[in-house]
Parts: sequence; structure tokens; C-alpha cells
Amino acid sequence: MEPKVAVLMKGISKSFGGVVANKNVDLEIRHGEILSVLGENGSGKTTLMNMLSGIYYPDKGQIFIDGKEVNIPSPKAAFELGIGMIHQHFKLVDVFSAAENIALGCNEKGRYSIAKISEKIKNICDKYGFDIDPAQKVYNMSISQKQTLEIVKVLYRGSKVLILDEPTAVLTPQEAKRLFNVLVNMKHDGKAIVIITHKLQEVLSVSDRVSILRKGEYIGTVNTKDATELSLTEMMVGKRVELDIERPVPQDPVERLRVRNLTCVNPDGRKILNDVSFTAYGGEILGIAGISGCGQKELLESIAGLQTVEEGGHIEYYPKGGTEKEELIGKTPVQIRRLGVSLSFVPEDRLGMGLVGSMGMAENMMLKNYSDGTSFFTETKKPRELAEKIMKELEVVTPGVDTPVRRLSGGNVQKVLVGREIASSPTVLMTAYAVRGLDINTSYTIYRLLNEQKKKGVAVIYVGEDLDVLLALCDRILVLCAGRVSGILDGRTATKEEIGLLMTNTKSVLEEDVQE
Amino acid sequence: MGTLVIWINQALVFGSVIMLGAIGETISEKAGNMNLGTPGIMCVGAAFGMIGAHGYENSVESPNALLCIVIALSCAFLAAAIMGAIYSFFVVSLRVNQNVVGLVITIFGVGVAKFFTKLCIKTTTGNIRARFAAGVFGKKIPWLSDSLGIASDILFSYGFMFYVTIVVAVLVTLFLSKTRVGLNLRAVGENPPTADAAGINVSKYKYLATCIGAGITGCAGIYCVLDFKDGGWATADIADIESYGWLAVALVIFSMWKTVNLIWGSYLFGFFYWAYQYLPSMIGISISTDLAQTLPYIITIIVLIVISLSKRKENQGPASLGLTYFREDR
Amino acid sequence: MNTEKSLKTDFHQSFLRISKRDSISQKSAWAIRAGAVLLALVVNALFVLAITGLDPISLYATMFKGVFGDSFSRWEFIKNSAKLLCIAVALAPAFKMRYWNIGGEGQVLMGALASTIIMYTCDSLPSLLLVLLMLIVGLAVGALWAFIPAAFKAKFNTNETLFTLMMNYIAMNLVNYYYNKWRGEKSALGEINSQSKKGWLSSLWGGNEDGFFLNEDLWYFLVILLVSVLMYVYLKKTKHGYEISVVGESRNTAKYAGISVNKVMLRTLLISGAVCGLCGFLTVSNSHTISADNTAGGYGFTAIIVAWLSKFNTLTMIAVSFMVIFLQKGSSSIADMYARKGFDTSASSIVTGIFLLAVIGSEFFINYRLIFRSRKEEK
Repeated sequence: MEPKVAVLMKGISKSFGGVVANKNVDLEIRHGEILSVLGENGSGKTTLMNMLSGIYYPDKGQIFIDGKEVNIPSPKAAFELGIGMIHQHFKLVDVFSAAENIALGCNEKGRYSIAKISEKIKNICDKYGFDIDPAQKVYNMSISQKQTLEIVKVLYRGSKVLILDEPTAVLTPQEAKRLFNVLVNMKHDGKAIVIITHKLQEVLSVSDRVSILRKGEYIGTVNTKDATELSLTEMMVGKRVELDIERPVPQDPVERLRVRNLTCVNPDGRKILNDVSFTAYGGEILGIAGISGCGQKELLESIAGLQTVEEGGHIEYYPKGGTEKEELIGKTPVQIRRLGVSLSFVPEDRLGMGLVGSMGMAENMMLKNYSDGTSFFTETKKPRELAEKIMKELEVVTPGVDTPVRRLSGGNVQKVLVGREIASSPTVLMTAYAVRGLDINTSYTIYRLLNEQKKKGVAVIYVGEDLDVLLALCDRILVLCAGRVSGILDGRTATKEEIGLLMTNTKSVLEEDVQE
Repeated sequence: MGTLVIWINQALVFGSVIMLGAIGETISEKAGNMNLGTPGIMCVGAAFGMIGAHGYENSVESPNALLCIVIALSCAFLAAAIMGAIYSFFVVSLRVNQNVVGLVITIFGVGVAKFFTKLCIKTTTGNIRARFAAGVFGKKIPWLSDSLGIASDILFSYGFMFYVTIVVAVLVTLFLSKTRVGLNLRAVGENPPTADAAGINVSKYKYLATCIGAGITGCAGIYCVLDFKDGGWATADIADIESYGWLAVALVIFSMWKTVNLIWGSYLFGFFYWAYQYLPSMIGISISTDLAQTLPYIITIIVLIVISLSKRKENQGPASLGLTYFREDR
Repeated sequence: MNTEKSLKTDFHQSFLRISKRDSISQKSAWAIRAGAVLLALVVNALFVLAITGLDPISLYATMFKGVFGDSFSRWEFIKNSAKLLCIAVALAPAFKMRYWNIGGEGQVLMGALASTIIMYTCDSLPSLLLVLLMLIVGLAVGALWAFIPAAFKAKFNTNETLFTLMMNYIAMNLVNYYYNKWRGEKSALGEINSQSKKGWLSSLWGGNEDGFFLNEDLWYFLVILLVSVLMYVYLKKTKHGYEISVVGESRNTAKYAGISVNKVMLRTLLISGAVCGLCGFLTVSNSHTISADNTAGGYGFTAIIVAWLSKFNTLTMIAVSFMVIFLQKGSSSIADMYARKGFDTSASSIVTGIFLLAVIGSEFFINYRLIFRSRKEEK
């Protein structure tokens, strides 16, 4: 029997201010089938799907639904076409019950009756095997219940095509398994289902076909039964690209930081870091690889004293020249910084934590050490000189050191951020996503700076996204997967596939689940 | 006993006035707009309602009671709704800070109220009174108000607005909890991005809720003049109405944003507010007017603290109250 | 790919789009503000013209004359501007850290009340000591009145806007209570210590007010001017000011920089309240009396708008305060002349209101851009 095509995307392109997110992508979504859209972070999976759900509008290309060309200008239009997307960030009103959330903005005919809506919800739940209480308030729900509610909401509105963005990212293995069962039920009912993911195990266990994206481009589609973990990884990460980044051999590395059995629990009670242990040496760059949200941020923040950690973990710091090791857990961020441990974290919005947007470069220079000294007044001369120095050396494009940094472009903001941390002459320098969104030249400036620090004997910890860069820059690469260390590799000998497999290594987790 | 009944009567009529004001403010706050212009808007409602009522009864030979009510209330509602529209324009369209706009509206509204009554009601004595309208608004229910003894005195000796206000409070509660539009409105005040994503026109809801809320608050103003103040109008009364407006804002918090709670909360406010007049003769405790009048505010503060201690989300104000929503900020 | 940011391309169907400006030159920003002021002046002129028939030029000439025409009016103008300025300056640090202290009115009144109580009860003290004691107690009580809501905010995250608002009315009633009590004792509350002049500002230099530098009003103004400058320095040049800026920008960043948000909040509100208390003390020792209606005079609320309009820059506040009071006093002086035509003092709140609305509205055009586009363009 010929498969029935639900959605056809042809030659879709989309770019954001010069950055290409999708380039000439084709995709076919079929009724009665689960399609995985696989790709690394930043490969354009979510952007592509957002064009189906009406959040973005493609620059180029055509979309066909059931064979008819359509235009999807808004989320509402997408709903009317039977497309429902479940985003990673749920759109629910906390104080409303499940039924109220479902009724929201849903202009059904007839009288508004929660009882009637609840009954309809029950029917949907029975049909597909969901378990939700229509009267339960959202703030009393677990994450998995909220996700279920989002799915039911979409079904309630009669969607025939369901898109789930990283649905298992926030779920426990048991919950994930339950979700997959439901997805299979829906598939048998003829729904077209798309899951955006980068977890190979999931792809292999639940989907019928896999479409792969890499750096915004469409690589291809394979039938799951013909695919293996290795073949998918190869398609996902591509061939290793040799980068011309300097990598001096570490000169007499000394132990600087030893992390032992570090565990961190997020507010939902999930272990965001799970028994992490490693050592960082002065004079080397330790790379940290992993799918985003696997605990990178929490790891660095724990070391910087910004996270509460569970009992039993240790973060030991060996000061330069000193003999006594210092336990960092229990120290304040200021104390830790004064010991010489420095963190530059580039958050999603760049200005979120490290810089004060309304202040100029000069004033931002003293964000972390403004309180030094006994004077009541802030120092003005030194930060200004430092700002001017950084502006010159790193070629920061700004009208002046007093121009609010909010007005600087992203790349320049990052130079300021990293420049300031380096200027504090740390012994441990942690950077996260330092080159995110930067052009090649600026990225190379940052690599050069990090290498200079390494040559000076600083222990550099580099959290990155691009595997090619990690492989070219770092001496050792620690791979985090779901809060655990899944491996520590030599940066000179490791292969991209090796890292890719370690990053997506959910095998053991899924096996636990099967035994249940 | 007689004193107690008078006290109850005064507390209930007074409570009813601020209840109506608080109902208007609640509707606005449910859409996420904390309208601190409420005192000014109440004054504007009072002024234009008065202009309408006074103008009407002085321009016809034999004024009609029903027409008088319609004119007084619709003048008050419309003028106040226009103030609400100005507030919404600045807060929703121009995204100016709500506190700042609210306070300007109060300053502006008090001025508008005083100015236009002076301008529109010409008088030689300076003593303006809408005699006919006061009679209409103060008219008690026949039979019920005098044949049931104590029950008549306590429950049925009020003008029609007293009962209308209770009905409005109940209707607004039903509207918010039992209708689709009410649901959408609450969503706009709780979580505008979610409401937006669900296809609800957030700005339209905010505008409408604030304008209708302001209109209702305006009706509280004219109700205050024609019933509680017995139709009399003096400049000093504007200052009174302004302070009643602030009480209405406090009352919204006291009710924890639930209009049913207003029905008893407002009367309680009334009891406290006027306690100083009756306690001395009743139980011999003499308290100062001024100290007694702090009670409603102190109670509101206590409620505010209790709310912040409470983990129950139902008792909190709308989550996005006081925040401006800009879709691209997501 | 930064998806959060890119959501901007959303919703193509709209014909008018509003987007946040990344930057605007100081020049254009001031041009927009000046345009708004001009618009307000024109609208006000038309408003007055419609009622009194006074043409705009004579209108502003009359206003000018009304405000600066004689020594009494001039000093009234300066004193009122100073009072408004002082409260706005007091609110600035709190607003800058995004703490909505709208209790300025109450904090001024409590400071004034505390000073007055000292003035009444300790009038046997030597002049200097008495004034000093009034000052200290005024500052302390003003600070306390601001500290209470801040403490609850820090501890339980209690909504400070509503809390401080309620505190105003408690303060007003407390002042009324004492006012009525004292009035009852003396049958009328005129000037306090009118015989001994104890606790008066001028008592510091022997009560003699003849001579330019012996003028109480002058010192009232100078002290407040000094406070504005000090506050400017405090906010711009000190570590405390730096912390306030960081906390106001983002609590996360503050945490990242090792700043204790609660500590900064409590400290800042103590200062904010103390400056309000200072205003109360100065007003009492200058006017030698107290009243719930006039001591703060509603400026506690107007100051919120002044502070916001001035972007929490205390030097800008000087200009804005003078402008607001000029309009208020100027339109009152017109009211005196045209009361017959219905233009009375209440019209001055309308004039001020129109001015404030125009200027706060202009901020939108500084922060946002309007993008018009035809439907064709999207395709």
C-alpha cells in the first residue's frame, strides 16, 4: 500500500540575520508513521518544525498538506490545518486545571461547559492510553503530566500531525517509555508523528523513518530498520573537518582541580549531575562535550559556587605554589573567585548573567571585583584602562567604553565577557559556549586567547558545542551524558563518532527500563 | 440596638460603594492591569454622573426616575471608561509602567472631576445637590423595607444599587469562572504568552477589561454621590471619593481577587471604617476617627503578608499583574 | 542558533509591527522628549484658550508672571520644586533596583510627624540640639516606614507596591490623629512654638530672617539641592550605587557577582526612607506646622512620576521638578484670574496631567520603533 503523505516540505530555507538555519530542506511526513528528525544542537531541526507550526515563516520553499500547497502565517493557522506542536517549554497556565487549559482559546460551538470538555478529554485519554485528571491544576502536575496535557491539548483540537520537540529531554526513562507507547497508539490511529531528537536509542526504538539534518542542511532519510547507531551517527556528525587551531603540547601539567562524586539535583528533583568525577590540570585545555542541558551549566556553576550540591561530593582546588588543597564546596562565589577560579558563562541571551547590559564596558569590568579594597567609592581608572586594553587587543567594536554593552553585537559582548575573565589572571578558567553564534574570525581570536592562557599554566575548561573545535582545541575531552560522565577521551586521538556515540549513549538507561 | 442598626446601615451602604469600585478594579487586574488610576476614575465617574443627573433633573419639568438612573449611570460609565481607555492606551499600546500611568490618571482624574463639575453645573450658592436623583437612588423597597421589623431595617432599607452591586459581584464571579471569555481573560492576566499562543488577542482583552472595569468603578463614584452622600456635591467630597478609591484598591487584595469575597469583605471594611462613630456610644470605648480609619489598611497589609506566606496559588493575584506584555520579549 | 531571539520574525500578517530599538542616540532621544514637551505645551495652551480665551503667548506670559512675579510666589515655586525634587531623589535608588516604593508620601509624613513630636515635647532643649534631634528622629522614622515593607519583601517576597501604598494611608491617618489632638489642645494648630521659635530652621541662626542668607526657604532649597548631588554621586560613583545598578538590571547577574540582593535591598530602602524623612523634617522646620494634606502635599505620588521620567538620574530630576511645579503654580495663577470662567485650581491638575501623559508617552517612541509595511512586501 502506498503510504499516505501528510505533509511535504520542499526546498525550505530560512536564515536569521545572515545566519543560515535551514538550507534547501526537503521533508516528508506520512500518516500512520513516526518520523524522527535527527541532528546535533544547532542543526536546524527545531527551526524547520517551527515553520510547520506557524512560528516562523520560511524565506523560500513550499509546504504541502495532503497534497495542497498551504501558507502557515501563524500558530492559529497551523492548528486549523491540523498541525500541533509540543514545544520544549510548555505553554500552560499554572493556576488553571487541565480542562481549563485545554479549553483556552478554543472557540468551540455551544455552551462552555467544563463537564463536557472533561468528558471529551476522558475519551481522548481512553483512546490512546493517556492518564490525566481534567480537574487537576497544572501547578500540581509533574513535568511528564504537563507534557501529556500538551499532547492531549493538541489532540483535542483535532490535530492530525503532531510534532514533539525533544519530548524525552525532561522525562525519566519510565516516563519516556510510557510516552512512546502512547505515540505508537496514535500512529496506529493514523496520526502523523514527528519527534525532534538527538538520541539515537530513541530513534531506533520508536520511529519508522529518520530524517537527518546537519548544520541546517538536509542529509537524507533512511528507514529505521536499515539503520544502525553507527550509520546514524556518521550521518549526523559528518566527516571530521580539520581546523587550523594551534594545540601546543601541555607543559608539565599540575593538578589544579579535582572533582569527586559531584551530584546536583534540580528543583524538580531530577539529578542534573550524577556522580561526576574528573581532574583538571594547569597547562591543558579540558573540553566538555555533550548534548545541551546535560549538566554542563550546573557543573561549572557548582565549581564557581553558584549551585547547591548534594552531600558527599567534593571539589578540591590546589592553589598555585600552595601545598594545602582547598575544598570549594561551602565557599561563596566571591571567595572562590579570589582563589583564582574564574567562570565566563555565555548564557542563551548573552547578557543574562555575566554582564550588566545598561552599563558600559568600563563599568562591567568591575562586576566581580568592584568590592575589593576598603574605599567607599568604586575605582574608575583601572577598569577604564582595562576596558580600553580589551577593546584594543580583542578588537571590540564599540563607540566607546561607556557605551552600554547592550548595544554591542553578540560577538563583541562575548569578547568583553571572555576578555574580562582572562584579565583577572585566573588559575582555573572556565568558559561555556564562548564562541556560540560568533563568526570564524572572532572564534579564532577566542581560541588564541584560550591557548595563551594554557601556555601560561592556567587550567582551562572549555564547554563547547562544535565537535570539530573540541577535537582540534582540547587536550582531553570529557563527555557528559544526562548528568553522568560517559567518558574522558584524548583530544588528539579521539574520533568524532566516538564522541558522538558517548554523547547519545542512553543505552544503559534504556536497558534498565526494559527490565522493569 | 438602634445605634447598631444605624452602624450596620452605614457600613453596608459604604461597603457597597467600595465593593462596586473594587469589582471594576478586579476585572482590570484579572487582565493583568493594576490600575492605580482607580481613585481618579471613581471621581470622574462621580463627576460626570452628577453632571448628567443634575443636568437632567434641572432641564425637565417632571423628571422620570428610570431615565434619571440610566442617564446618571451611563454618563458615569462612559466618562470612566474613557479614562480606562487612556490608561490602556499608555499601558497596553505604549507599554509604559503601570504604576506611573495609574498615578498620573489619578492626578488627572481628580482634576478632571473637579473642573468639569464646576464648568458644567452653574450654581450661585456653591451648594449643588441632585435632589431628585438622590431620591431615586435612595428609594427603599416598598413593603419589605418597613414591615419585617429588624430584618427590614438591616436587610431592606437600602437603595436599589445596593442589591444591584451584589448581583454584579455574583455575575462577575460567574463570568470569570463559568464562561469561555472569562477563562480567556484570566489566562491573559496569568500568562499572556500562553494566551497569545492559544490565539487570544491579548491587547484586545486588556483594553476591554480595563475599560469595562473602569466604567464599573465610575458607577461606584456616582453611586457614592447619589446614595451614600445623599445627592450632595461639594469639592470636599471629591477628596472623600478619592480616598474611597484607594480603599477599593485595597479591597481587591483583601478579597484575594475573588469577587464573591468582596460581598462580605467590603461590608467588613465598612464596619471598621465607621467604627469610631458608634463604638463610644455603644460600649463606651472611645477611639479616634483617624486611628480607626487606619484599620482597613492595616488589615489589608496583614492579608497581603498572609498571601505572600501562603503557598496556595489560588490565593495569589494574577501572575502577570503589573507587567507589560510585549510579544517579542519571549 | 539562538532561537529565543529569532522569534522576532514571527507573525507576518501584521501590517504594523513594533520592535524594540537596539539603540538610539542621546540626541534623538532628547529630540523626542522635547517634542513631547512642546506637544504638551500646545495642547495645554489650546485647553486654556478654549476656556478662558487667553491666547497662548499671553497665557505663558501670565503664567510666568504668576510664578516669578513677586518674591512670595518665587519662593513658593522654589520650595515646592525642592520638596518634589527631594522625594523624587529619595525614590531614585529604590526604583533603580526595581523596587516600587510608592510609599514616599507616607515616609515623608512619618518623618515630619516624628520631627513634630520632638519639636513639641522637647522644646526645652537648646535650639541646635533640638533641631539635630528632630533631624535624627525624622530620618530614622522615615527610614523605618520604608524598611517595614522592604523587610517583608526580602523575607516573604510580599508585594511592595501594594504594601507601600497602604503604608501611605496609615501615615496620613496618624498625622491626622496628632493634628486633631494638638488642635484640640490649642483650639487651632497654627505655627508650632510660635513664640519660642524652637525647632524652626531659623532658630539655628537665632531666628532672624532678615538678609538673603538668613532665609529659611533658601536653606530648605540648598539642603535639598545638596542631597540631590550627593545622591547622584552615591548612585554613580560608589560601590553601593554599583550594587544597586546590578541588582536592578538582573538578580541573576547580582548573584553571579556575589551580591546579596536582600542586603542591598534593605540598605537601599533605609536610605530611600531616610531621605523622605529628611524631606519631612525640613518641611516641618520650615513651615513650622504639619498637616496630612499639605506637608507632603501629594508630591509623594507626583515624585514617582518625576523619578521615572528622569530615568532615576537625580540631576535630571531638578529640571523635571521645576517644570512640573511651574505648570502647577502657573496654571493656579491663571485660575486666580479666570475663576469666573470656570478655570479654577483644579484645572492645574489637568494641565499637569496632560504634560505628564505626553512625556511618559514619548518614552515609547524612544524605546520602540514602529515599522509600517505593505502586505506586498512580505511575500
